[in-house]
Amino acid sequence: MSLQMEDLVMTPPDGTVMERVEQQVERPPAEEPAPASTFQVKNLSVWYGEKRAIENVTMDIVSNAVTAIIGPSGCGKSTFLRALNRMHELVPRTRLEGKVLLQGVDLYSSSIDPAIVRRRVGMIFQKSNPFPTMSIGENVVVGLRLNGVRDRIFLNERLEKSLRMAALWEEVKDDLDKPGTSLSGGQQQRLCIARALAVEPEVVLMDEPCSALDPIATAKIEELISELKSKYTIVTVTHNMQQAGRISDYTAFFYIGRLIEFGETTQIFSNPKERQTEDYITGRFG
Amino acid sequence: MQFQTAHQHTWRKFKSALASTVAFVSAILVITPLGLVFFHLLVNGAGSVNWDFFTKLPAPVGALGGGMANAIVGSLELLALAGAIGIPVGVLGGVYLAEYGSTRINSVLRFLADVLNGVPSITWGVVVYGLVVLRFKGFSAYAGGLALALIMIPLILRTTEEVILLVPNGYREAALALGVSRWKTIVHIVMKTASKGIITGILLALARVGGETAPLLFTAFGNHFWNHSLSQPIAALPLQIFTYAISPYDDWHRQAWAGALVLVTGVFCVNVIVRVLTRGRAGSVV
Repeated sequence: MSLQMEDLVMTPPDGTVMERVEQQVERPPAEEPAPASTFQVKNLSVWYGEKRAIENVTMDIVSNAVTAIIGPSGCGKSTFLRALNRMHELVPRTRLEGKVLLQGVDLYSSSIDPAIVRRRVGMIFQKSNPFPTMSIGENVVVGLRLNGVRDRIFLNERLEKSLRMAALWEEVKDDLDKPGTSLSGGQQQRLCIARALAVEPEVVLMDEPCSALDPIATAKIEELISELKSKYTIVTVTHNMQQAGRISDYTAFFYIGRLIEFGETTQIFSNPKERQTEDYITGRFG
Repeated sequence: MQFQTAHQHTWRKFKSALASTVAFVSAILVITPLGLVFFHLLVNGAGSVNWDFFTKLPAPVGALGGGMANAIVGSLELLALAGAIGIPVGVLGGVYLAEYGSTRINSVLRFLADVLNGVPSITWGVVVYGLVVLRFKGFSAYAGGLALALIMIPLILRTTEEVILLVPNGYREAALALGVSRWKTIVHIVMKTASKGIITGILLALARVGGETAPLLFTAFGNHFWNHSLSQPIAALPLQIFTYAISPYDDWHRQAWAGALVLVTGVFCVNVIVRVLTRGRAGSVV
């Protein structure tokens, strides 16, 4: 338990979000050695009962970058995403083969508690789901509270910081006592992002985070994602090709449980190697 | 396609009017007994409901005045005992059915709970008489409370299970994705979200057993005086009504009417509280 607490109260390196973005932009990407990867997925297969949802997927997910997962419905995108923080295990009778390494540690080794995995790998869902019994403020710090953090000063600091990172602070700072469900759809989704950020994960997984939002709210979330990648590794599932093109650095195309193609987004969209990828991106199926 | 004749049209209108009349009459028949009961109780009992009724012990036969103070307090004590046993067992059982267990075992448990809900209440009195009263050689408040608790458990269990199943899965997932443990998710998120429904189920169960007479006949037994120990027989409002109503004395009959009026009013109040609770749904989904 002491180790987890240290993880929770660990403060991030200095520098505001904006500064860190500029630093990244200044670095010429061509001179960089092979980028560090947060996840190493090796020969991953996932079954629901008899049905194989993911088949032998191997890929590395690069740190401090946005990786988009695209593909037609039912192709295993969500399952793959959920396998990265063991959320797929909530479905009964799931089975998994292969390895998922987070910073070199196997998430599925028997000594690992799924709750600890999920503290390091946060998740945003398609439908925003702020807890209806809690105020805006309570929603943000609920993860810390339920993991045993009691220090009010610390909680208040983290509350403001998380809401600022989720670009929601200015809109709600006077209404922290109002119910979380009183916000608009886009604000609720940013509240959920703030809630996930409050436990200071290393990775944020997003399962179609904008699919229930209007274009303006979507634009805000996309902007937010671009800012967050300086600090977090982000993996997002999306049905929206343009969105994948706008926000992601890497794109993985899944089809019927297989990883068909994976590479830098610019390459996938301008010069796909596989025929299926090209067909899907150009809208010939899916 | 043929147009209907004027005759057919009239016939259809007649059938429609007939059906709505029958339905209206049935609805009146349903609420008539309630009106009759209240009317009768008011006519016969209101005259005897006075300050003495709530503050004095029963008067000896022939003496004027007297009240049911000991029976009112006794009923509250029995409900407290029944609640102390029945609420935790019922609620936790409902949580188990909704959140844990295998589908097959749960359907068996659910069926058994429904069977228990159909067991005639006097059966519980006999069961507790055999298990507790005979063994400890005496009627007692404990035995009465236990008999009422046994009636409450399956009622509370089923209502709790149903309202917990109404909590959208998104809230569970959101909490688990923050690294919150399963148990804390259930207590702090799921049960909190369903709390109004759970409390409603508990209140309805209390109202139901508050009016039970049969299970108390061979357990709490009744008492014309104050109860000074929970291991002694104790008075209860329904029991006192029963005793007085079958007695040959007119003044006791009047007291029985008054007792019935107080009891029905109490149950009515609980139901009104439940309505108020379930109407204002702000901040909660269940």
